[in-house]
Amino acid sequence: MSTAIHGTSHGHSQDHHGHHDHPEYLQHHFSDAEQQVEASKLGMWLFLVTEVLLFGGLFVAFAAMRSLHYESFHEGHEHLSKTLGIINTVVLILSSFTMALGVHASQTNQKKKLINYLVVTLLCALTFLVIKYFEYSEKFHHGLLPGRYFTAHHENPHVSIFFGLYFLMTGLHGIHIIAGMSAIGWVLWRAIKGHFNSEYYTPVENVGLYWHLVDLVWIYLFPLLYLLP
Amino acid sequence: MSTKYVDSVSSVESTAHSENYINAKKGLMSWIVTLDHKRIGVMYLGSILFAFMLGGLMALLVRLELIAPGRTIMGPKTYNQVFTLHGAIMVFLFIIPSIPAALGNFMLPILLGAKDVAFPRLNLASYYIYVVGAIFCVASLLMGAADTGWTFYTPYSTTTGTSVVSMTLGAFILGFSSIFTGLNFIATIHKLRAPGMTWGKMPLFCWGMYATSVIQVIATPVLGITLLLLIMEKVLGVGIFDAKLGGDPVLYQHFFWFYSHPAVYIMILPGMAIISEIIPVFSHKTIFGYRAIALSSVAIAIIGFLVWGHHMFTSGQSELAGMIFSFLTFLVAIPSGIKVFNWVATMYKGSISLNTPMLYALAFLFLFTIGGLTGLFLGTLSVDVHLHDTYFVVAHFHYVMMGGTVIAFFGGLHYWWPKITGRMYSESLAKIACALTFIGFNVTFLTQFVLGSRGMPRRYYNYVDQFQPLHAFSTVGSWILGLGFLLMAFYLLASLKTGKKASDNPWGGVTFEWQTPSPPPEHNFNYVPVATHGPYEYKS
Repeated sequence: MSTAIHGTSHGHSQDHHGHHDHPEYLQHHFSDAEQQVEASKLGMWLFLVTEVLLFGGLFVAFAAMRSLHYESFHEGHEHLSKTLGIINTVVLILSSFTMALGVHASQTNQKKKLINYLVVTLLCALTFLVIKYFEYSEKFHHGLLPGRYFTAHHENPHVSIFFGLYFLMTGLHGIHIIAGMSAIGWVLWRAIKGHFNSEYYTPVENVGLYWHLVDLVWIYLFPLLYLLP
Repeated sequence: MSTKYVDSVSSVESTAHSENYINAKKGLMSWIVTLDHKRIGVMYLGSILFAFMLGGLMALLVRLELIAPGRTIMGPKTYNQVFTLHGAIMVFLFIIPSIPAALGNFMLPILLGAKDVAFPRLNLASYYIYVVGAIFCVASLLMGAADTGWTFYTPYSTTTGTSVVSMTLGAFILGFSSIFTGLNFIATIHKLRAPGMTWGKMPLFCWGMYATSVIQVIATPVLGITLLLLIMEKVLGVGIFDAKLGGDPVLYQHFFWFYSHPAVYIMILPGMAIISEIIPVFSHKTIFGYRAIALSSVAIAIIGFLVWGHHMFTSGQSELAGMIFSFLTFLVAIPSGIKVFNWVATMYKGSISLNTPMLYALAFLFLFTIGGLTGLFLGTLSVDVHLHDTYFVVAHFHYVMMGGTVIAFFGGLHYWWPKITGRMYSESLAKIACALTFIGFNVTFLTQFVLGSRGMPRRYYNYVDQFQPLHAFSTVGSWILGLGFLLMAFYLLASLKTGKKASDNPWGGVTFEWQTPSPPPEHNFNYVPVATHGPYEYKS
C-alpha cells in the first residue's frame, strides 16, 4: 500500500511525511475522503439499479404468465399461507427500521447502539429465513414443486408454472437475504473492531441501502404472490 | 497544446522515466493480485486475444465446411456446434469485453487524468469472474458443445441434449464481469476526472465508454435473469418458454433481445470511441462537432434500448409493434450518421498521415458505413421478410461487428501499443496486415450479401449447387483474413523483443496519455495532470 506517486502536493501519498493528514481508510487513488464517499455511493446506487433490473425480468415473466393462465395462477396462490407472508413482511420492515437506526448510530459515534441494531437486523433476517423454511417444506411435502416435479392435485393445467415462478422469485430473494446477512455480518465485525465513526461510515450506509432494496423486493413479491386475487 | 501539467513539485525524481507499471513490481504474484488498472487491462488483453483466436479457428472451420455442398470436413451436428461456439465465444468472450475491459481499462483512467479506476478491487474481481465464466464456456466444448446458435432460442435450447447449461451459465457469469466493469467506469468518469476536466473537455473515448457502460449496467442484468430462467426451464421444466408446457417462446426472444440488441451497441460504441480518438490525431486537426459526437453516443445508447423488437419481425408480434420497432430502428441511423459525417469533416483539409492506426480508422469508416446502411434494409418490414435469416443478415452484422468493432479494436491496439508496451511495431508489416485484413474481410463478407439476397439461408449445413462458387469465394476470403491476423500476431509479438523503444508521444496526440512516459509509471503520471483546454486542440 505504501506506493507513493512521485511528488504530488495534494497529499495523495500513502507514506506519511508528517504534514500530510491522510486517514487510514482513504484509498491511494482518491484525492480526498469526500471523493471516495461520493464514488462508493454512486457505485452502490448503480449496483442497486442492476438488482432492480434482475428482479424486473422475473416480474415481467410473472405478469406475462399470469395473463396467459389466470385461473392456474389463482389456484396456485390459494396454496400460499397469507399469515406467514404477513409475519415475514412485518419482520422485514422491522429489520429495515433497525438497519436505518444502525446507520444513524454510526453517523453519531454510538458504537454500542450500532452493534445492537446490527444484531437485531441479523436476527430479523434469520427469522425471515426460518419462516420461509417452514413454508418451503410444507410446499415440498404437498408436491407443490416447480415444473415437471409438480405432483399435487390441481384443477387448472398450469399451476406448476405458478410454483416454478414462486420458487424462482422467492428463492432468488432468499439468496439476496443470505447475501445481505453476510454483508451485515461483515459490517458488524468491523463495527466491533471500531472501524466506524462520524467521519467514516460509508460501508454501514451502503450495506443499509442494499438491505432496504432486499426488503423492498419482498414488499412487491408479497402482494404479487400471496394477495393478488 | 490542449493540456498542460502543473508542476506542483519541488523535486521530481529523476528515476521517474525508467520506472513503469511493468517493472515496478516483480514476480507472477504481483500480476495475479494486482489492483493496477493497467495490469488488469493487459491481462484482459491477453485473455480476449486468446478467445479471439479460438473463435477465429471456429470461423475458419465453418467456412471450410461450407466450401462445397454436403460433407466436407464434419457432420451436420458438429457443424451446428462449431458455429454456435464461434458465435458465443466471439460475442461473450471477445467482442463485449474487448475494447472496454482491455483497452478501456488501461486507457480510461489515464485519459481522465486519474490514478486508477474508482474501485480497483472490483476491477480485479471482474477479471477473475471473466476467467470463471470463460472456463464454463470452454468446458461446454468438452461436454458435448451446445448446438443452438449463440441466441439459445427456446424451445430447442431447452430440449437439445447438448451442454446448453454450461454455456449459458458461463454467459451468465460473464455478465457480472461486464456489469462490474461498466459500474466501475461510470463511477470513475463521474468522480475521478482530473482538475479542470469538465464533461466538455473529456476525450471522446471517455464519452463512448460512458455510453457503453450505461448499457452494460442497465441491459446485462436482464440477460442474467433470462439465462437463469432458461437454465431453470431446462433443469426443472418450469414451462415459461415452452408452448407445449403452456409457455411462450416469443417471450424468451423478447427477453433475450432486450439485452442482446443493446449489447450490439455495447460492441460498436467503444469502436466509435476509438475512431474518434484516432481521426483527429492523424489528421492533426481539431475534431469536427465534438458535442455532436459525444451526445450521439448517448443518443445511440438510449434509442438502442427501444429497438429489440426488430429481431422478431417474423416471429408473430403484432403489426403495430413491428411498425414502431421499424421506425425506432431507422432512428438509430441518425446519431450513427452524425458520427460518420463528423469524422469525415474532421479529415477535410487536415494534414493526414497514413500510419497503421489511421488505415484501420479509414477501413472502419468504409466497412461500418456498409454495415450500417444494410441495417436499414433489414429494419424495413417488407424487405426483412425476404432477407430474414439469410446470409444477408450474417454479412450485415459481420460488417458492423467485425468491420466496425474489431477493425476499430485493432486500430486502437496499434494506436496505443507503443504506450502500453513501450515498443514500436514494424510499420511496414502492420500496413501489409491491415491490407490483408481489409481485402480478406470484404472477399469473405461482401460475397455473403449476394448469397443472402439470392436466398441462401443462414446456419444451413447444406446448400444447392448454384451457391457453390460464391461460398468457395467467401471461404478463400476467410483464409486471407486468417493470414492477415497471423502476420499481425507475428509482428506484435516480435515488437516486444526487438521493437525500438517508443517515445512518449509517437503520434503527436494532445490527450493525457501522450504526456506521460511510455509505458506509464505505476500511478500513471509523475505530476498532477490538469486539463486547461479541450482534448483535440492542435497548434497548426
